[in-house]
Amino acid sequence: MSVDTTEHAAKTPDVEQPWAELGLKEDEYARIREILGRRPTGAELAMYSVMWSEHCSYKSSKVHLRQFGEKAPENDAMLVGIGENAGVVDVGQGYAVTFKVESHNHPSYIEPYQGAATGIGGIVRDILAMGARPVAVMDPLRFGAADHPDTRRVLPGVVAGIGGYGNCLGLPNIGGEIVFDSCYQGNPLVNALCVGVMKHEDIHLAKASGTGNKVILYGARTGGDGIGGVSVLASETFDAEGPSRRPAVQVGDPFQEKLLIECTLEVFAEDLVVGIQDLGGAGLSCATSELASAGSGGMRVELDTVPLRDATLSPEEILMSESQERMCAIVTPENTERFLEICEKWDVIATVIGEVTEGDRLEIFWRGEQIVDVIPGTVAHEGPVYERPFARPDWLDALQADDAARLARPANADALREQVLALVSSPNQAAKTWVTSQYDRYVLGNTVLAQPEDSGMIRVDEETNLGVAVATDGNGRYAKLDPYTGAQLALAEAYRNVAATGATPLAVTDCLNFGSPEDPAVMWQFAEACRGLADGCQTLGTPVTGGNVSLYNQTGEQAIHPTPVVGVLGVIDDVTRRTPMAFTEDGQLLYLLGDTREEFGGSAWSQVVHDHLGGLPPQVDLERERLLGEILVNASRDGMIDAAHDLSDGGLVQAVVESCLKGGKGARLVVPDGLSAFTFLFSESAGRAVVAVPRSEEVRFNDMCGARGLPVTRIGVVDGDAVEVQGEFTLTLAELREANERTLPELFG
Amino acid sequence: MARVVVDVMLKPEILDPQGQAVQRALPRLGFDGITDVRQGKRFELELEGPVDDAALARIREMAESFLANTVIEDFTVRVEESAEGTTAGAAS
Repeated sequence: MSVDTTEHAAKTPDVEQPWAELGLKEDEYARIREILGRRPTGAELAMYSVMWSEHCSYKSSKVHLRQFGEKAPENDAMLVGIGENAGVVDVGQGYAVTFKVESHNHPSYIEPYQGAATGIGGIVRDILAMGARPVAVMDPLRFGAADHPDTRRVLPGVVAGIGGYGNCLGLPNIGGEIVFDSCYQGNPLVNALCVGVMKHEDIHLAKASGTGNKVILYGARTGGDGIGGVSVLASETFDAEGPSRRPAVQVGDPFQEKLLIECTLEVFAEDLVVGIQDLGGAGLSCATSELASAGSGGMRVELDTVPLRDATLSPEEILMSESQERMCAIVTPENTERFLEICEKWDVIATVIGEVTEGDRLEIFWRGEQIVDVIPGTVAHEGPVYERPFARPDWLDALQADDAARLARPANADALREQVLALVSSPNQAAKTWVTSQYDRYVLGNTVLAQPEDSGMIRVDEETNLGVAVATDGNGRYAKLDPYTGAQLALAEAYRNVAATGATPLAVTDCLNFGSPEDPAVMWQFAEACRGLADGCQTLGTPVTGGNVSLYNQTGEQAIHPTPVVGVLGVIDDVTRRTPMAFTEDGQLLYLLGDTREEFGGSAWSQVVHDHLGGLPPQVDLERERLLGEILVNASRDGMIDAAHDLSDGGLVQAVVESCLKGGKGARLVVPDGLSAFTFLFSESAGRAVVAVPRSEEVRFNDMCGARGLPVTRIGVVDGDAVEVQGEFTLTLAELREANERTLPELFG
Repeated sequence: MARVVVDVMLKPEILDPQGQAVQRALPRLGFDGITDVRQGKRFELELEGPVDDAALARIREMAESFLANTVIEDFTVRVEESAEGTTAGAAS
């Protein structure tokens, strides 16, 4: 087999190359030739094509993502910001926490089990590469209509994959979301978030410095899986008929990943590592070029030393392979033997594949011949940047004019009662226990709160009870009506969810799921959502620490709703002070915090009762969100509240029903003056929460809210075994539980 | 009665964690000389009627849509010679 060497490439400028098949555009290919001053070799072309793909280069999104840095609020807690494998936040007591959310959407549609499983594996390695021990995962999920036959294929596979990989790895799955909407038919969203904990001094960055240092590839052997996964899968739209190409899907091995975690943490503990990078999308192409470009020198790699699962792989394939459970470390020559020893102890294959060199070039050799000779930065960071045209979609005015206020409201108390039942039993509002009980939520013994609580909470220090809370939210319906506001509502909801459990919000990670950037309407949605999120983070003082963009979630002309999923991380000094969501004692007083307005655009009620999407989403008042957050955190710290639950989709009635069912207690509610029962129950005004206050704290709690200027309304009391709205209707807990809990098992069980 | 056997194997480029675990275990147990192990599944289907083209087509459809996950697995269908000696054939 003849190899396309750099020497050969220089002599044969006119050889036809498959740049188009690899997803490169003509001008991109021309730019590569310009950078190199010759045609690329096959191996170089493979590297550039994967690294310049949308998924790796962020070429369409970069110009908009810059705002997250430019508008980043001053925040002393940030230790490592955007650009590394994951951001790192100081949570006090010498601890740092790293967290990040990523997408694995396209692979999960093609092969739901393995797609979702390897999504977990990938994000866990990102967190590991920062030097942290992964301690929890969460999965924000979006599927097509709950009753669509393909959802029956995709959802059980995805859930089993998340459970299978995460449970084998021994990581608790502490939350996330499950949302159904026909817009995700054919383009399900499988996002995965991981949280890791470390001491400040343990932070590790991805860079290769120090001439003579060894480049060690360790973990699984390299096989032919996922070749071109990045360029082909994540960066192109599926045809209307479904995926025509079925490239090799990656299969993960969680037991190998577990060894990789323990092995990596041990080499960190012995301080054997100069730089480290996980191998994810774009595999070795990404790891070698990013490590080399971040370091001070160059790098030389002997590609034929890479341990292979399939001896017939070509060098191009080895460079592009996305085989799972691999990492790449830079180690000094003195430490190399010890590093390899530790790998051997953990039964992890480790191989020196090259070394850091003087100069500034990444050179890769295959059986003694040079097949890559590039400036690594041109591969890793100097990919194309597109200022894609964007334009406010022409259909948006009509959509926003189609106000949900025109929809028929329940005519009498019986109709109101029926609509409450319909709401709590609808797939989006129904209990998600059928899914979450397939995940191990309590392994490792540090889970304080898990789904269905407002946020997942993990104890970080067993002596001091320091903990962190994480919530993810994103409402595609709101974002469709107004992407700027929709992104801020997602941020506000996640922020509120963290505060509702008693934790102080600190930092943000985001997964921006959108349609094709080549559609100006989609690009406008993306630009608006980025602007909204960056502005929102600035106001709330919570910087974006990292995240991921997933474009091309589109089948034919049909893009998904713009779906910015926002994860907020908060810190709590003492997890025993957390606020749960359950109403647990008769006599607890129920207070509604915040203002309730006539806001039904994009609401769950409009979807469930009228199958309607139109009007404007609820208003956002981030200063109010911040105040509400402070009140919730103070009330938790000072023991003023027994329970809190944030109000979001489904409005007050959904929140009260969930808190009642969780605690097994009923509630008597009184409709406040000036509100109709309908608006009271179903409005989705933002910046609200319901809290249960013990009688002994009533005065103190009210005084605090009054002094801080937060509207607070007493709406009832915890009592009995039914939810009663006085003068309207009564629903027993048994009826509500039946309605709320049977939906998912009936659909998927 | 006839028996049709459907063998399902992971595609060659797909990682096979079970096969690898077996391969790693072999030398520890004193079985040397095995360079690779791939593990698959075998379905034995007992047919009610004769094994004709229609029946085989139906079994292939069954294998394609249910017995194998063709995104990551390949399968072969073959008729197993029964005691009575019905027709034999192989197809994939």
